Amino acid sequence: MKLTRTARILSASAVAAVAFGSIAYAQGLAYKDVTDMLHAVMESDRTVYTRKVVNRLAVKEKVIKASEHHEDEKTLPLPAQMFRFGAEMVAGKTDKFTYSLLSLWPVNKQNAPRTDIEKKGLAFVAANIGKNYYGEETLGGKKYFTAVYADTAVAPACVSCHNEHKDSPRRDFKLKDVMGGVVIRIPMSK
Amino acid sequence: MSRTLTLWTVWLLATAAGAVILAAGMVYGGSVRSNFAPGRMTSGHHQIELACTACHTSPFSGREAMQKACIGCHGADLATAKDSHPAKKFNDPRNADRLAKLKATECVTCHTEHRPEITRATGLTLPADYCALCHQDIGRERPSHVGLDSATCLNSGCHNYHDNRALYEDFLEKHAREPDLKSPAVMKLRATSVPPTGTAKPITSIAAADAPPSHRGDAHVGADWLASAHAKGGVNCAGCHAPKAKTPEAIATGWIAKPDHQACTSCHEQEGRGFVQGRHGMRLAAGMKVSTPDPTGLVKASKLGPMQPSLARLPMAREAHAANLTCTSCHQAHAFATRDGEVKACLGCHADEHSKRYIGSPHHKAWLAEVAGKAPAGSGVTCAGCHMPRIAREDPDTGEDRVFADHNQNNTLRPASKMIRPVCMSCHGLGFAIDALADRRLVESNFAGRPSARVESITWVMRRLKEGEGKSNAKDTSK
Repeated sequence: MKLTRTARILSASAVAAVAFGSIAYAQGLAYKDVTDMLHAVMESDRTVYTRKVVNRLAVKEKVIKASEHHEDEKTLPLPAQMFRFGAEMVAGKTDKFTYSLLSLWPVNKQNAPRTDIEKKGLAFVAANIGKNYYGEETLGGKKYFTAVYADTAVAPACVSCHNEHKDSPRRDFKLKDVMGGVVIRIPMSK
Repeated sequence: MSRTLTLWTVWLLATAAGAVILAAGMVYGGSVRSNFAPGRMTSGHHQIELACTACHTSPFSGREAMQKACIGCHGADLATAKDSHPAKKFNDPRNADRLAKLKATECVTCHTEHRPEITRATGLTLPADYCALCHQDIGRERPSHVGLDSATCLNSGCHNYHDNRALYEDFLEKHAREPDLKSPAVMKLRATSVPPTGTAKPITSIAAADAPPSHRGDAHVGADWLASAHAKGGVNCAGCHAPKAKTPEAIATGWIAKPDHQACTSCHEQEGRGFVQGRHGMRLAAGMKVSTPDPTGLVKASKLGPMQPSLARLPMAREAHAANLTCTSCHQAHAFATRDGEVKACLGCHADEHSKRYIGSPHHKAWLAEVAGKAPAGSGVTCAGCHMPRIAREDPDTGEDRVFADHNQNNTLRPASKMIRPVCMSCHGLGFAIDALADRRLVESNFAGRPSARVESITWVMRRLKEGEGKSNAKDTSK
């Protein structure tokens, strides 16, 4: 039986993926590539909202405020909330991946790292600028591929809000500092 | 045949017949089915006890199906309440260890039905200290909580598992300095008018009534209707009695003598939806089947009938026991005066201590003053004003807010803190409202007096702020 060129490439890729063990993703993409792609979208949207909406309107132009209780106070949602609302909506649509925004210095203590990988990953991305952290973990009897990406202060609004918040455990952030991390998980088993 | 054999045969046949009847009752329903209820139901669901399939959607459906049934009825209200502990939070794998301790993705984990011996007033069936399963180290973040018994987390005015809209820290801070009674003390929201259908114009003459002569009724029926908001909004007799009919002939043949709640819901959608989810109308909700037809034809399809005060667990007026609750039980047919539905209709049935002591209470006096025109609109406080308050809800399609009377009492019933924002804070400061609702005797007396004790939540928040400011100032000085 003759294989077409594409089929041969796909077969070779599959063999290579198996050879590299668990990084092979069923559809032919490595877990790492998938989380990198997802993060590229998340990070871009998050940066756009922070810079072009919150920082521009609330900090520069001062035409509207941004606050945690945005519905009660008729203000813009905070960038971190915007991110989490999206994460919650995704969680209601699919169980193929989950993501969260965590920090070693969280305003809300529920967003502190809880698993070993979260703890190691957040410490790693804070200490190694420009690098991501990848690993595998078992949670609730299920195996996950987990990636941690640095979340940096992209606008003055990030810095001023975290440095001034009454519940913030750290108040010396500067622009471009790593303030936390985005954690993306893909289940590796059903 | 020996006597013993005969007795054995009779016994076996009787047992088999009994088993068949019970099995048929289990599968097809009917009054026999109540024997299978493993225990008395909670006050939230007791009215629909015989509509087993409302929750157990099929005979062998598992917990997942039951969860769907819970969310089918309660999901929208949980979303409106900004549920602090939604299932989606616990579905995140990072919370797997918490989920192993408490299966918080399923309503039945905390609200188990048929277990009256462990059911609390709020419908909670877990020990009251369950918060500690996840928040055991709260003292580290909140020194004020060190040493507190975790069974007190849910005390009135402290925390509510689902709806914390009136209890979160920044809200307490924002409203910490409000007076006991605001000025003006007025419920401002007024229901959004139902948009007129078609090109209907106000009807000002009884001659314009489109009811067939045989259904014209007494003179007062026409007079009541002509004075009602319906006639003013151009809603003619057929609008309710023959809603699909377009011609006089069709009106005559399609005439419905007593339109049900569905006729009202066709225009008053939000009110109708709340009615069939609340204590007055839940038995009339879709899917409340008591029985389904069996192949032999012995069991017929039947639904739960309307709620009757005799079925209630609260004390009710004896003369009202047999009344069937529909929209017109409270909103008198044809007149549809909302004022009658605010106090008179309620006290016609409700005879518990809190209800009876409304008459003569400060709230009642405020209502009398408003009715007499001596006080501004909205300053009176009525039964419906508190237990079916007007609320604004966003239309998911248009994004516009619509104000309506929330006929689902559950949204403001238990825990009582759910009343704080939509009801109490229209007139009272937050601190006073929290204290008043936490005082059971004061509630029973229908608020004849002042709260006897102070809930410390606001005090603790303000103390924490002050201590935080002190720390910040100390830091600044050291720089």
